[in-house]
Amino acid sequence: MTAAIEAEDLTRTYQIGAGTVAALRGVSLRVAAGDYLAVVGPSGSGKSTLMHLLGGLDRPSGGRLVIGGRDVSTLTADQLAELRNKTIGFIFQTFHLLPRTTAVDNVALPLVYRGLSTRARRQRAAAMLGRVGLGHRLGHRPSQLSGGEQQRVAIARALVGGPSVLLADEPTGNLDTATGDAVLRLLEELNREGVALVVVTHDREVAARARHQIVLRDGRVVDDPQR
Amino acid sequence: MRLAEAARVAAAGLRANRLRSGLTMLGVIIGVAAVVVLVAIGTGTRQEVERQVSGLGSNLLLIFPGEASVTAAPTVSRLTLDDAEAAARVVGDRDRVTVQVTSGETVRAGTNSEFTSVLGTLDTSLGVFPRELSRGSYLSRSDVDTARRVVVLGSTVAEQLFPDRDPVGRQVTIAGVRFRVVGVFAPAGASLGVNRDDQVHIPVTTAHRLLGTDRIDAIAVQAPDRTRIRELGDRIVAELSQRHPETEFSAVTQEEVIGVLGEILGVLTGVLAAIASISLLVGGVGVSNIMLVSVRERFAEIGLRKAVGARSRDIGVQFLFEAVLLTSLGGVLGIGLGVGAALITAALSPVPAAVTAWSMALAFGVSAAVGIIFGVVPALRAARLDPVAALRSE
Repeated sequence: MTAAIEAEDLTRTYQIGAGTVAALRGVSLRVAAGDYLAVVGPSGSGKSTLMHLLGGLDRPSGGRLVIGGRDVSTLTADQLAELRNKTIGFIFQTFHLLPRTTAVDNVALPLVYRGLSTRARRQRAAAMLGRVGLGHRLGHRPSQLSGGEQQRVAIARALVGGPSVLLADEPTGNLDTATGDAVLRLLEELNREGVALVVVTHDREVAARARHQIVLRDGRVVDDPQR
Repeated sequence: MRLAEAARVAAAGLRANRLRSGLTMLGVIIGVAAVVVLVAIGTGTRQEVERQVSGLGSNLLLIFPGEASVTAAPTVSRLTLDDAEAAARVVGDRDRVTVQVTSGETVRAGTNSEFTSVLGTLDTSLGVFPRELSRGSYLSRSDVDTARRVVVLGSTVAEQLFPDRDPVGRQVTIAGVRFRVVGVFAPAGASLGVNRDDQVHIPVTTAHRLLGTDRIDAIAVQAPDRTRIRELGDRIVAELSQRHPETEFSAVTQEEVIGVLGEILGVLTGVLAAIASISLLVGGVGVSNIMLVSVRERFAEIGLRKAVGARSRDIGVQFLFEAVLLTSLGGVLGIGLGVGAALITAALSPVPAAVTAWSMALAFGVSAAVGIIFGVVPALRAARLDPVAALRSE
């Protein structure tokens, strides 16, 4: 089975003023199709940087990265954008919903960049919102939704394009324990239906739920215990 | 499809902060309105001037010494009545030719007096420059031949000197010399800046004696055939040049006058429009400014859109559209405001204003262009944003 994402010796360095900062210093991992992986580490360990690379939102400074069977070093910016649109679903700690837009239009956003008509987009978005249990909240704006509901809208948005990988960066970070738990259960349910799930977190308990864990410290993998 | 979506998103973006969008639009609205009004005034003035010149008769030919150029210095006239007679011979009809010599003098009647323009002219004047008389009759050929001291008063002068009596048959003095009033003009208004009601006509021969000169300022001809008017003008000028080899003469047709005036006023209109465009430019800068602020405020949104698959081009188009929508809407409102102001100006003041379809189309085009030009920088800023940095800025 081809892996959804394959990363070999990834590095990412930034120029800050006169010097350079190495956020990642050679990370390798493999996200198999349908896998459930946690990337865990303290803040500053480079886990967000890793997630951005795995999602094709950023380019590595070195190393080999293959997403959805395509080597990112061969792709233009526009091609990467298309890859993100079709293969990846992002879920952020702060949800990143468009504030003046209804839930259904928020979920439909990725389909805009696929050129679908408004009606087709809204149909698929409504179906996805139903899947995450918010079929009755289509016309609500984010300010009218609770934190947990907002994250579920974000999950629906991540799913609407039929991606092969969901990348969740601290998905429960802004939620209370009970709500966060419900969100994780939803994500795990979706994972069982076939989409690979990578959860980036600093919380060991959250990380322990995954099938595999990768521990990062200072931009390097320090531990890779298999469950 | 993506364009329709971009338009929808742009409209939503503007609606998000109505006050800010409205205030930014105000700059464009005022700029466009200013351009529309000033162009309307320029156009209206030109149309009015052309109308007045046309009203003089399309067969009119004016002959005077010197170059027919706006920038040339006036030439001292050495034309005399003999030259006018020579011109009449070229034309072949004495009744179609008249002359003019002007001087400013005081006209008195009893205790009333008025400083006015005294025109020495021929009996044929009414034929070449038709005007209506309200009383009495015009100068006659015999008046001219005998240099009779008779005068026809303009309506303003008549009212000033004889406020409650019929002036015909009464005496006035012009520059101290006694004249008899034989006629009064009906009010005619201004023509090409000359107030024809503040004038008096006397025979040119009498004027020569009064003013101690024998010069003529200009010869006017009603050409018998419009299609050969240029040729006639050239022949008259040739004849006069022969008689006065040291002087250059010009023959100007009414069409040429319209042409020159039209050109001058066209340039003037262009200058007015350019000045008004400065305010539109300022409005455009305001749009640029606000769009940059808007982009900065929406960094996270831009990052998110890129994360879900928007290309740089999609983001750039989105923000450019917003700017163009803003200025185009401002353009439409500005055109409405400008047209309204032009119509009010034309109705309530002596300043003419004519709104044309092309000027409105041009104003709209310019407002859209302003949106594109001033929206490019913010749009590029948004398009080039690094999505990772953008998402972090929440």
